[in-house]
Amino acid sequence: MTQAPLLNISGLHKQFDLDQGFLETVKFKGGKITREARSVHAVNNVDLSINRGEALCVVGESGCGKSTVARLVAGLLQPTTGEISYDGTRIDTLPARDMMPYRRKMQMIFQNPYASLNPRMTIAQTLEEPVRYHNPSLDRAEVHDKVASVMRAVGVDPSWGVRYPHEFSGGQRQRIAIARALTVDPEFIIADEPISALDVSIQAQVLNLMLEAKEERGLTYMFITHDLSVVEHFGTKVAVLYLGSVCELADTRTLFDNPKHPYTRALLSAVPQLKDDRPNHIRLRGEIPTPINLPAGCPFQSRCPSANSRCSAEKPRPMIQSDGSTVACHAVEEDRLT
Amino acid sequence: MSLLSVRDLVVKFAMRNNTVTALNKISFDLARGERIGIVGESGAGKSITGFSILNLLSKPGYIDSGSITFDGEDITQMTDPQLRDIRGNRIAMIFQDPMVTLNPVLTIGQQMVETLQAHRRLSKSDAEQIAIAKLREVYIPAPEERLAQYPHELSGGMRQRIIIAIALLLDPQLIIADEPTTALDVTIQADIMELLLELCQSNKVSLILITHDLGVVSQMTERTLVVYAGRIIEAGPTREIINDPQHPYSQGLINALPQQTPRGEKLKQIPGAMPALSAVPDGCAFNPRCSFATDTCRKTVPEVTRIDHLEVACHEVRRHHETEEVAE
Repeated sequence: MTQAPLLNISGLHKQFDLDQGFLETVKFKGGKITREARSVHAVNNVDLSINRGEALCVVGESGCGKSTVARLVAGLLQPTTGEISYDGTRIDTLPARDMMPYRRKMQMIFQNPYASLNPRMTIAQTLEEPVRYHNPSLDRAEVHDKVASVMRAVGVDPSWGVRYPHEFSGGQRQRIAIARALTVDPEFIIADEPISALDVSIQAQVLNLMLEAKEERGLTYMFITHDLSVVEHFGTKVAVLYLGSVCELADTRTLFDNPKHPYTRALLSAVPQLKDDRPNHIRLRGEIPTPINLPAGCPFQSRCPSANSRCSAEKPRPMIQSDGSTVACHAVEEDRLT
Repeated sequence: MSLLSVRDLVVKFAMRNNTVTALNKISFDLARGERIGIVGESGAGKSITGFSILNLLSKPGYIDSGSITFDGEDITQMTDPQLRDIRGNRIAMIFQDPMVTLNPVLTIGQQMVETLQAHRRLSKSDAEQIAIAKLREVYIPAPEERLAQYPHELSGGMRQRIIIAIALLLDPQLIIADEPTTALDVTIQADIMELLLELCQSNKVSLILITHDLGVVSQMTERTLVVYAGRIIEAGPTREIINDPQHPYSQGLINALPQQTPRGEKLKQIPGAMPALSAVPDGCAFNPRCSFATDTCRKTVPEVTRIDHLEVACHEVRRHHETEEVAE
């Protein structure tokens, strides 16, 4: 029997209205005054599920909606339609009071450790605040011990607690941001590009730290990134996002050994390789269209080498393949990939 | 004779209380048509190297000593008019962020014509013809229409193509590209790099590519300089540095890349972080993070050792190399 997923997302949509007030929607077009409300379709009908102990990587290029998915899951944004369930409970409609225990179980790590730590709070204050908030019964010494043990676990000397964020380097700040997430003993971590702002030698340190935390604490991750070499290492499952839709979802091994969707193939071939000195990437025509006016049909059709008339008319549905991956592509379905 | 020759370049920044050495005796040569990469972490001095070559350092930074010889002339001794003749004309520079590089209130056409007319006596319509030809060279669709557009009307990849076109306008001998694709997505990055490589090869332009991405260096350049805390710690043919790096820092940097470790295993990390330039330790700057560090490493700065095609600044590598030579 399969275990129920820890996190389940179904039919998730998020659109941001560009024209918010009534006056903004009034446009003068072709000699007529009309009303028109434009919106950005950031996430379109996304289904994902994450089992306990898995690390799902969500990859895609800027503007594909990967951060929006993370923020929706963390409850920082409200979905337009769709459902998000955590451990069997629907959480996107919960009132703030009932959401509290879930906020403790789900913690978020952000991209830029220069912006995510309050510059006016010492490290100890930053780390103690969530512990006190979520465990009001703990006394001062217990809070202090808890924080000190987490600081040691992430490789930050507890005696540095009196310092302010500006006294730390980027890598150390990201360790502190990870410590802040771990102080409340979460089960599920949403990490939005946690190593993109760091140098190569520091990236490895932070990534190892996150892997250790996963093993020791039995964490489940949702890892948002644009860097495919990290995905190969960190993820157990990968979802490739393009213009707000999942185009391929597969086990890490399956995705890297046998990518199917033309976009996944192009993305993989574009990663600069160390050993191979001949650039032989698949050229994509043009660039990502804006998510304001989504094309009908497949979101990838304007750049796809295998697009035909069906692709421009009908949006492909995610289909489960023989190796267990899910691919949304007419060309894969009809077996006419070039 | 090499196109560019940098000798013992020392760049300092005069701060309120002390003077910080940002580049410490950097020396390298660049042949005509050659492509070299400068790799390192943020704060290592890669960008400062690029800026110094064009004498673009602004206060409190200054060139303390050393020489930069470009095509037989020393850039550090040049007057402003002489520098203006070189900048943009014989040496072009491409920066990281295409939105900041282009002037948002001028059209693409105005910016290209302005660049051409600053260095050549050309009529506006002649300049526009050259601009259109260059835009076509970087595969910009409908180049005639782009001249009337403003930077905000174009996507990031398109803007970076336009910047490359502007860099090529005056047929420079050298292009310095400082993290040209860091702000772009991978699929766009691959396109831009391919384009830059093709243009350098077909126009016989030399390239200095400044980047933190070893994958990019590996695909684009013939020679690589690895910079750490203001010094070149390893230099040589790119293939050799990538496949068989000698300096412990280069080894650590390459081994730390996720693709170097089998799936599911822990990454090989370098402990610690690069020191701030104001607090570089005595001896070899890398010694606190190095697993081979000895007392010598903590006291004296290592000299450059030549091993075949590689130049390495490391006591341990030198000692190892000398014992091997004796054995032979």
